[in-house]
Amino acid sequence: MSAAQLTTFSVADHLFGVEVTVVQEVIRYQPMTRVPLAPAALAGLINLRGQVITAVDLRRRLGFPDRAADELPMDVIVRTGDGLVSLLVDRIGDVVEVAEEAFEEPPETLQGIARELIRGAYKLDHALLLSLDVQGAVHLPPPGGSGTSGTAPM
Amino acid sequence: MSLALEVQGERRSVADGSIRVDVDRLDSLMRLMGELVLTRNQSVAHAAATGDATLVRGAARLNLITTELQEVVLRMRMQPIDIVWNKLPRVVRDLGAACGKSVRLEMEGRETELDKTILEAVKDPLTHLVRNALDHGIEPPQARLAAGKGEQGLLLLRAFHEDGQVNLQVRDDGAGIDPAVVAAKALEQGLVSAEGLARMNEREIVNLIFLPGFSTAATVTNVSGRGVGMDVVKSNLERIGGAIDVGSVIGAGTTFHVRIPLTLAIIPALTVLCAGDRYAIPTINLAQLIRLEGGQGLAGIERISGTPVYRLRGKLLPLVYLDRELGVAAPDREERDTVLIVVLQAEDRRFGLVVDGVLDTQEIVVKPLSSQLEHVPVYAGATILGDGSVALILDVLALAQRAHLAGTGREQARAAPDPADGDRPPTGAALLVAQVDRDRQVAIPLERVIRLEEIPAGSVEHVGSRELVQYGEEILPLVRLSGGVGAAARADGDALTVVVCSTGGRAVGLVVEAIVDIVEGGLPGRGAPGAAGLLGTAVVQQRITELLDVEQAVREVDPQFFDPPAVPARGGP
Repeated sequence: MSAAQLTTFSVADHLFGVEVTVVQEVIRYQPMTRVPLAPAALAGLINLRGQVITAVDLRRRLGFPDRAADELPMDVIVRTGDGLVSLLVDRIGDVVEVAEEAFEEPPETLQGIARELIRGAYKLDHALLLSLDVQGAVHLPPPGGSGTSGTAPM
Repeated sequence: MSLALEVQGERRSVADGSIRVDVDRLDSLMRLMGELVLTRNQSVAHAAATGDATLVRGAARLNLITTELQEVVLRMRMQPIDIVWNKLPRVVRDLGAACGKSVRLEMEGRETELDKTILEAVKDPLTHLVRNALDHGIEPPQARLAAGKGEQGLLLLRAFHEDGQVNLQVRDDGAGIDPAVVAAKALEQGLVSAEGLARMNEREIVNLIFLPGFSTAATVTNVSGRGVGMDVVKSNLERIGGAIDVGSVIGAGTTFHVRIPLTLAIIPALTVLCAGDRYAIPTINLAQLIRLEGGQGLAGIERISGTPVYRLRGKLLPLVYLDRELGVAAPDREERDTVLIVVLQAEDRRFGLVVDGVLDTQEIVVKPLSSQLEHVPVYAGATILGDGSVALILDVLALAQRAHLAGTGREQARAAPDPADGDRPPTGAALLVAQVDRDRQVAIPLERVIRLEEIPAGSVEHVGSRELVQYGEEILPLVRLSGGVGAAARADGDALTVVVCSTGGRAVGLVVEAIVDIVEGGLPGRGAPGAAGLLGTAVVQQRITELLDVEQAVREVDPQFFDPPAVPARGGP
């Protein structure tokens, strides 16, 4: 395998990609039911054709600042070991084919939690495409004590 | 519909009329069924709103068919109880041989059907009940003969449907449970107070065996007495929405009665409103709804030191504010005119949940939550409401534990010291904790508490050395605990916080600094009491708390209180 297909999306001006095969579908923003006492990165629950699906806000999960109130995220529904999970992203991009040769270890510019959840980067012509560890991203550490920070170190 | 017909073909024999179906397919059918129920709820609500007669009729038919279809689909997941029961004859035979007892096992209602998931959940509790009946219930042959019974014991298992629930009974014709023994044990283990016992009937006393930490087994056998008690049986059954109680006749036998719901997948629930969100509460936990309007909302709730209580038919009902418990309370929502209290029952704890609104009761489809939420125990699942939005289902027991209503008692009972610590004071099942001084707390058995009052300092009248206050038509003697139990009497504030207690058949007002909390469970008493009027000390919420002996505390302050002539004349100044 020298090439892989990735579904791309942007989160806080970073371009991320996940394997096409784990993405079930991409839908526009769905109204959510908030879950009090849950980790902060857990944005809420959505109804996907009768299934209750947890939505994880990637901005919070990766430790980026929240998006502006008037910007609606999009739901990228991914299949995980624990069923379907929705990843909230800023914008959805194209499906791109990347060559293994263009892959490199996580860039030093990313720190903290984001670094743990990024497997590496593909050097594209115009940008760096960060490969997201989907399983890691949807696994939320329990909120520590009374605080609700979902981005606290594990 | 062809599947439905398959199920309904009851007249055909099981052998030629049945097909094997993959469980996954049944689950997917169940899921679609859930969808249909939701769509039905939506359509019916919408049709009613339009007022179009044709549409309403159509919706009514849809409603009817869906309900019927739902029953059929639920029945497809049903399996006879015999699947669990057919392992029991061997258990009974082996155990009987091991205990030297001869037991005949009879089963009634083998064909009674339960949902597959429930069947799996009742397996262990049921086996435990059977082992328990063999070990503790049925006597050895000699004892049976001496009691004029047949040498062979009888163990009867019954299963039947009633009131939309499955009823399971485990009955033995053994020695029965002696309420006196249970009462003595419960008292000795500090699980119940003497006053509490006095008010219980025999059946209630026998049901004390379900309290955590309770054990009457004198010796540990390899059958019972391994620390897995009736409380575990009870909590396992409650986890699936079931209930258990026990009836017993000394010398004639014991009957355990288990009631469980037919299915867990679709349950009736009450939808409530809290901070703009909707939550579902399983109606199995629902006891009552109370609506306090106008001034009642503010006056009816004692809001002292952040431990709100409401007087429900003379008993104090601890209140839990859902918005505060979930951390979604708006800061400006301190006082409300209209208060809605949902009275809930979780295990044997009763509490009031204060919500912003009560919407309706409907059948909801329980959907599991993802693993990200397993660290948040207050939700039992989620559901999709008629308008398509998601609502969380509250786990009432977990909520009570989170609010420290039920959990504390359980843990303290488990950690209770060994029974050799015999001179521990008998402590009540529930205690009112009050602050007497800046750094002193006392606990008063809740069953002694009649009311909590705020009395203006100016209305206190002095008769001799005694302090009295007009209380309704009565005159209430006041006892200042801060003076009474060895501390300096505090300076009068604007209002006195008074705990009205019953003692010696009369009411007395104990003046405290503030009400702290209501805690459940017998507190393990520790150490020698520092002053008369105290039964011992315990730790409540990381603070040393003295258990108050009401009579003694009153006598300390007013030695003549209990002398009949000392009763002040009625009428007042």
